[in-house]
Amino acid sequence: MEKDTLQQALPLDQMLIAQYRNNKELITANDIQYVSELREEAFQTFMESGFPHSGMEQWRHTDVDVLTEDAYLNEIEVPDTKKDIEELFRCDIHNFDTETVSMLNGWYIDKDSPLKTLPEGIVVGSFREAMKAYPQIFEQYYGKIAPKNANGFVQINTAMMQDGVFVWVPDGVKSAKTLQIIKILNKEEQLFVQSRNLIVLGKNSELSLMHCDDSVNQQSSLVNTVTEIFVDENANLELYKLQNLNDQSGLINSTFVQQMANSNIKTNTLTFNCGLIRNNIHVKLDGQGSHADVLGLYLMDKQQHIDNQIRIDHNVANCTSNELFKGILDEEASAVFNGYIHVARDAQKTNAYQNNNNILLTPTATINTMPFLEIYADDVKCSHGATVGQLDQEAMFYIRSRGISAANARLLLMYAFAADIINEISIEALRQRIDDMVKKRLRGELSVCDKCVLHCGAPEKEYHFDIDLSKI
Amino acid sequence: MLLNIKNLTVAIEGKEIIKGLNLQVNKGEVHAIMGPNGTGKSTLAAAITGREGYEVTEGEIWYKDQNIIEMDADERANLGIFLSFQYPVEIPGVSMTNFMRTAINAQREYRGLPPMPAGEFLKLMEEKKKLVDIHSKLTNRSVNEGFSGGEKKKNEIFQMALLEPTLAILDETDSGLDIDALRTVAKGVNELRSEENAFVVITHYQRLLEYIVPDFVHVMYDGKIVKSGSKNLALELEDKGYEWLKEQSLV
Repeated sequence: MEKDTLQQALPLDQMLIAQYRNNKELITANDIQYVSELREEAFQTFMESGFPHSGMEQWRHTDVDVLTEDAYLNEIEVPDTKKDIEELFRCDIHNFDTETVSMLNGWYIDKDSPLKTLPEGIVVGSFREAMKAYPQIFEQYYGKIAPKNANGFVQINTAMMQDGVFVWVPDGVKSAKTLQIIKILNKEEQLFVQSRNLIVLGKNSELSLMHCDDSVNQQSSLVNTVTEIFVDENANLELYKLQNLNDQSGLINSTFVQQMANSNIKTNTLTFNCGLIRNNIHVKLDGQGSHADVLGLYLMDKQQHIDNQIRIDHNVANCTSNELFKGILDEEASAVFNGYIHVARDAQKTNAYQNNNNILLTPTATINTMPFLEIYADDVKCSHGATVGQLDQEAMFYIRSRGISAANARLLLMYAFAADIINEISIEALRQRIDDMVKKRLRGELSVCDKCVLHCGAPEKEYHFDIDLSKI
Repeated sequence: MLLNIKNLTVAIEGKEIIKGLNLQVNKGEVHAIMGPNGTGKSTLAAAITGREGYEVTEGEIWYKDQNIIEMDADERANLGIFLSFQYPVEIPGVSMTNFMRTAINAQREYRGLPPMPAGEFLKLMEEKKKLVDIHSKLTNRSVNEGFSGGEKKKNEIFQMALLEPTLAILDETDSGLDIDALRTVAKGVNELRSEENAFVVITHYQRLLEYIVPDFVHVMYDGKIVKSGSKNLALELEDKGYEWLKEQSLV
């Protein structure tokens, strides 16, 4: 009772600092020594830096004070109640057979076992269990892909995180099914949730991963997720992130990827709803011949805010990268895109492409788009482009001249705009589902309901837009 | 009378482009509108089809006994007016099939008809494709995306064939077409001609009119129709050019 009162009374940073000091034993109880050491280091850094603020260049357009000055409940003990997450949230994508792991309010739900080996050899499970089972992997990768000088959110995550998802794809192993991580928030209190994921792909391995962030109620929350991904030589990773939280919630999502020679990644960050989202995606191309596709789509309205900060480090020669982010902003929504490409001195033959396209549907919607290229090699191809516009009036007239109403013509054009990103989804069943979600979102029918849009419980309620847009 | 344009004046951003134009079109007729660049031919097409930014400052456009100047473009289309664009617009991400099915069902809904079943629609598409010799793969692609100039124009006629308008306005459908494509387009139009519909064909050149033979030819100059006649007028224009118009209008 006393503890709860304390948590409710203080702003988040002070509460966390106090909580760490008062409960250090509890927080580190499950740790291997290496993880505890990193906690202490990160905690010290956080004490000095605190949370980022709008006075910092990279946070200039995103004011996180509104989130961090609030009071939250941060659970550091595994809650007693074991809810059956399958009941709460049932995966039901037609023809889309996934291997699902779930997290509720930041805690891994071990319906069979906290750590399992899938038939093809992939190890997947709870972060807190995995560190004890695979200490050598943690010592090799954990805390090493995210830079030591990362922002305060990453530091506090490293200092105080309790759980998350661990995935290890051993050399030569290929995932048979898409692995789906479902993260749900459902709690009466205003929660601060930190989760930490470590994903390691061995040489010549393949993994298709989908990471869903959803709220199932209307309570506000702040989620701070850090994911470190290591992609060894010749490995392939597809990573889909679906973000659909309520308007009261904040999501800080930091993904750090390190790629070795001839590896390939494709990330697709699809943002459908959330009060405030910050996506930090940092890819280090550390092996020759590696390639990264970093894609994203954001569809925001009301007073929602999204900030995509993408950084690609071309550290060695002969690597390629391609960034494409597209957004549609309605009402008073605001967005930030910062695409930073860094080409190191000897990273010759780099080919880096970056593009950010936006449609503003109202005069009150805003976008700040900033390409940033820093190039120290002389034999490189780097290009960037950014567009901000309204719906194409020529196309509007063309469509309307065929008898289609203004509202439907708008929808058709918005959908067409988003299609570039949707078409990049290589899993057919998922592409169709995302396609439906986008159409629903553009019609304003997609809401944070009691079931995530990707898992709409009843199949008969599933949307099949087919080719008929006439009922809009 | 299907279309009756009375003393029409149209301005774009305050600048008058059409200055008191009259035109009457009956069902079953083909009218050609010719004239040099910048005389307001495309503006006339835009004004009839309801393009935004084209302000009717004076006059009336009567179509099927309604003055349509206040109507939105989509409502005019639903009443059976079709425009074949001079520059068809590319719409990446919207497939031709999706686009036309949406359009047909919008028009059906306007007329109180239920949506066309998918099977029936696909059959209709197959049938109309043959009419303009349009390649199957084009209809699976995004609207006009990556189409050649000729394919885009064929696609306009293909859309017209699917929508079966009462009044079709072809805005320089011949521009950018080689002779084979021109023949194909003309053949499509001729097959669609009937006693129940009418065409307004806007063109610079007499060439198209060898294939789509008009009942009337009008010459536009400086925002007005300055001369009307039979199909022979087109030949005369081909022979004499447009210079004499300028001289005549200066008189």
